[in-house]
Amino acid sequence: MSLHFVEFELNGCQIDGMVEARRTLLDFLRCDVGCTGPHAGCEHGVCGACTVLVEGQAVRSCLMLAVQANGKTVETVEGLSGGPKELHPIQQLFREEFALQCGFCTPGFLMTLVALDRSEPRPNAAEMREALSGHLCRCTGYQGVLRVIDRLTEDRK
Amino acid sequence: MSEHPIATGARFVGKRIQRKEDRRLLTGRGTYIDDVVVAGMLHAAFVRSNVARGQILRLDIAQARALPGVFAVYIAADLDQLGCQPGNPVFDMPGCPSPDNGLLARTDVRFVGDPVAIVLATTRAIAEDAVALVEVDYRAEAPVIGIAAAQTMPPVHPHLPDNLVNAMDSGRDDEIDAIFASAAHVVEDTIRNCRQAHMPMETRGLVAAPDGTGELTVHAACQSPHLSALHIATAFNMNQHQVRVIGKDVGGGFGLKMSPQRDDMAVIAAAILAGRPVKWIEDRLENLIAGGQSREDQMSVRLAFDADHRLLAADVEYDCDFGAYPYATQSSASLVTPMFPGPYRLPRYRWKAKGWYTNTSGLVPYRGPWMLEMFAREAMFDVAAREMGADSIELRRKNIIGKPDQPFQTAAGFVLADISPRETMELAVSAIDVPAFRRDQAHAREQGRYLGLGLANGIEPTTVSFGYFASDMAHVRIEANGRVTAMTTTFSQGHGTVTSLAQVIAERLGVPFEDVTVVEGDSSQIGFGSGAGGSRQAVAGGGAAIKASDLLREKIQRIAAHAYNASPEAVRIENGVITIEGAPEVRSSVAEIAQIAYVAPDRLPHDMEMGLESQYRYRPPPMVLANATHACICEVDVETGKVSILRWVAGSDCGELINPAIVEGQIAGGVVQGIGGVLFEHLRYDEDGQPLAVTLKDYLLPTGLDVPRIEYQHMCTPSSTPGGFKGVGEGGAMISPPTLVNAIADALAPFGKRWLNMPLSPDRIVCALEQ
Repeated sequence: MSLHFVEFELNGCQIDGMVEARRTLLDFLRCDVGCTGPHAGCEHGVCGACTVLVEGQAVRSCLMLAVQANGKTVETVEGLSGGPKELHPIQQLFREEFALQCGFCTPGFLMTLVALDRSEPRPNAAEMREALSGHLCRCTGYQGVLRVIDRLTEDRK
Repeated sequence: MSEHPIATGARFVGKRIQRKEDRRLLTGRGTYIDDVVVAGMLHAAFVRSNVARGQILRLDIAQARALPGVFAVYIAADLDQLGCQPGNPVFDMPGCPSPDNGLLARTDVRFVGDPVAIVLATTRAIAEDAVALVEVDYRAEAPVIGIAAAQTMPPVHPHLPDNLVNAMDSGRDDEIDAIFASAAHVVEDTIRNCRQAHMPMETRGLVAAPDGTGELTVHAACQSPHLSALHIATAFNMNQHQVRVIGKDVGGGFGLKMSPQRDDMAVIAAAILAGRPVKWIEDRLENLIAGGQSREDQMSVRLAFDADHRLLAADVEYDCDFGAYPYATQSSASLVTPMFPGPYRLPRYRWKAKGWYTNTSGLVPYRGPWMLEMFAREAMFDVAAREMGADSIELRRKNIIGKPDQPFQTAAGFVLADISPRETMELAVSAIDVPAFRRDQAHAREQGRYLGLGLANGIEPTTVSFGYFASDMAHVRIEANGRVTAMTTTFSQGHGTVTSLAQVIAERLGVPFEDVTVVEGDSSQIGFGSGAGGSRQAVAGGGAAIKASDLLREKIQRIAAHAYNASPEAVRIENGVITIEGAPEVRSSVAEIAQIAYVAPDRLPHDMEMGLESQYRYRPPPMVLANATHACICEVDVETGKVSILRWVAGSDCGELINPAIVEGQIAGGVVQGIGGVLFEHLRYDEDGQPLAVTLKDYLLPTGLDVPRIEYQHMCTPSSTPGGFKGVGEGGAMISPPTLVNAIADALAPFGKRWLNMPLSPDRIVCALEQ
């Protein structure tokens, strides 16, 4: 199978590689780049655990090919803060509201919420809840995530 | 609660302390099984049967084997060389014949998804390419699908006489028939649950790495590294020290990852044969068709009441679909019939229970595997109340036991103690404000809207301590710098045990919470323990942590007393600082005592062992009971069948809460899984044995739009264990289905139907209403 050159900006760093055309962005990030924050939950675009930002838009990296990311800007959960000692405000809210248990789905929730929180006009709670219905969590019953949305949109009721 | 109040400093137990594990998980730095990379690792993919039952006529691996990048393609005969015995040493019923057909199907396949061959390749993509090149011809046979078929059709496993996995009953009881014959009211029906999947967001997976010395390291997405190591060593006839199982972050378990299954063992066997590390990550299709299932069970219930609506007798028959290759020949579903009396006065009780093999994916216990006892009883109570013209809450009030009634022996022989069923019921009833709801309901019905109130009571047996589940262990040590490291046999798949146990240990030792690190997840560290399973970690892990910490604290007190000429009883440890009652000039620290213990033996009491560490293997009581009452209000749209949940009250008595936020997380997660089981989730098979739910678009999980905001009401009746803790892991998943089904039935009461066949999905509600 022929290989294709791909390069893009990942969390502020320029990266490149040779990939098969069929290589998903998720597999490229996880296996080739070692960026294991996005997770493979279903590999058919339903669960949302693989969500990353491409050009600021939340996308399912299991449904996008690595070659399609060529020349673009990609952000993953690893890029939201400087590392485990420093949390992005939304990550901090997740911690305070016990919005995660096993944490496998969490990077996807975070990336979609970050994209929503950056967008203008900023969405209200109902819109955020609707958007997050594309993310599955099996541990928490979504109670903490709903509280996070409440706090993020306190000024937008 | 402390038995040693003088030594106890700040209270950490009972506080909503933020979790220690969250920083890494929130920043993408977790280590889940697919994040593990071992040098020289190959990737496995399975060839799986696409027929439910049939003979393998031809199996051609030549093309697959020839594909560049393929290292090996193994079939049954290859793996059979290792003589692996994949029976379940923990849960198999003694004397019960095993369905063993090898790690891969030998001559015939017994469900869609039955592994036929395993490919090892340099990448997963190549392994999957090779799977597509393996040619298999089957002669398909009529499969056994469903409990009714299992009772009459030829055996799924040809070497067994029939499809019966096991059968139990309470024995002959002629008097009970007379009670039913003369009772004022007899209500009977069959409640049918539907097949569901555990569906952790991380599928199963492992990396098996054999090395030249005959040792085997297995990185596993499991629920207990120690239990998995025991199971693997037993299956491959290895010594315990030769098998090391390491677990890091696990993306949910819910029972699915409690025991290594047949395909896990096949990966290990392939790695041993190949002499190479092998990674297998189950994909979601495999998970849906072959990962294991639960809840395909049914119970026929007959209840007898007197004229005053007091329960006289119950007669139940339980049947459970075990699939082709269940995790064991025994199910914790065997708790179904014994737990059926629940928190009620039931004078007379007769039961039968049977398990059946079918040509489907195997039974693996799913969070609250015996939940049908609660589901069937509570749903039938509401059916009975409507039938008798009684109020369903009043009916329960007449029959439920409360704290003053205990200890109380149930009709099945269990002794109920330290629980508060009547009390949590009143708590939930008052939180819901039933009279106000009935007014709202009447008003809504006038407008053609259907609101319903449902309530259910249940007892959750936790920390069932038998066999390999009889004990858990904690090793606590204070390092020379005064920091605390604890190794425990608990294991988190999201439970937050490293936080909860750090709270317990910090409080018992009198040191800062930040100074305590709990390490779990490696079978080579400390002795055997059973990890997560049966809602046991707070009680068993917490008990071991308390006992080990108390031993250590006594040693600190003795060393400090010796160093400062005081009695041990006068030594106070708070926030890592040591003071002596009656000697205000003395101010020492745990770190200083640790220095004495490790490097200044002359300052230790005579004959005292150096170091500052302790370990304790704690044996919990045979069973620790928790109880709960949940109540919910829902609205059913009779045009679309959509059920909207408007309120949910969770009244629980889980004893002393270590971290209420973590406890509530366990309750919420279970409740929402139960809601999914009632409204959406259904692993259906067609009559040919083909699974119809093969993606997450077919198998629907609840989303954030489907869930209520749960209102928690806690009561505390401490258990008789150290700390007064109880388990809480499964109750939510067991009690939410009857709570919701009762609310739906209440909403639809004007239609005069019974709602006992799951799932109550929109299409099925509409169909039933139209009939």
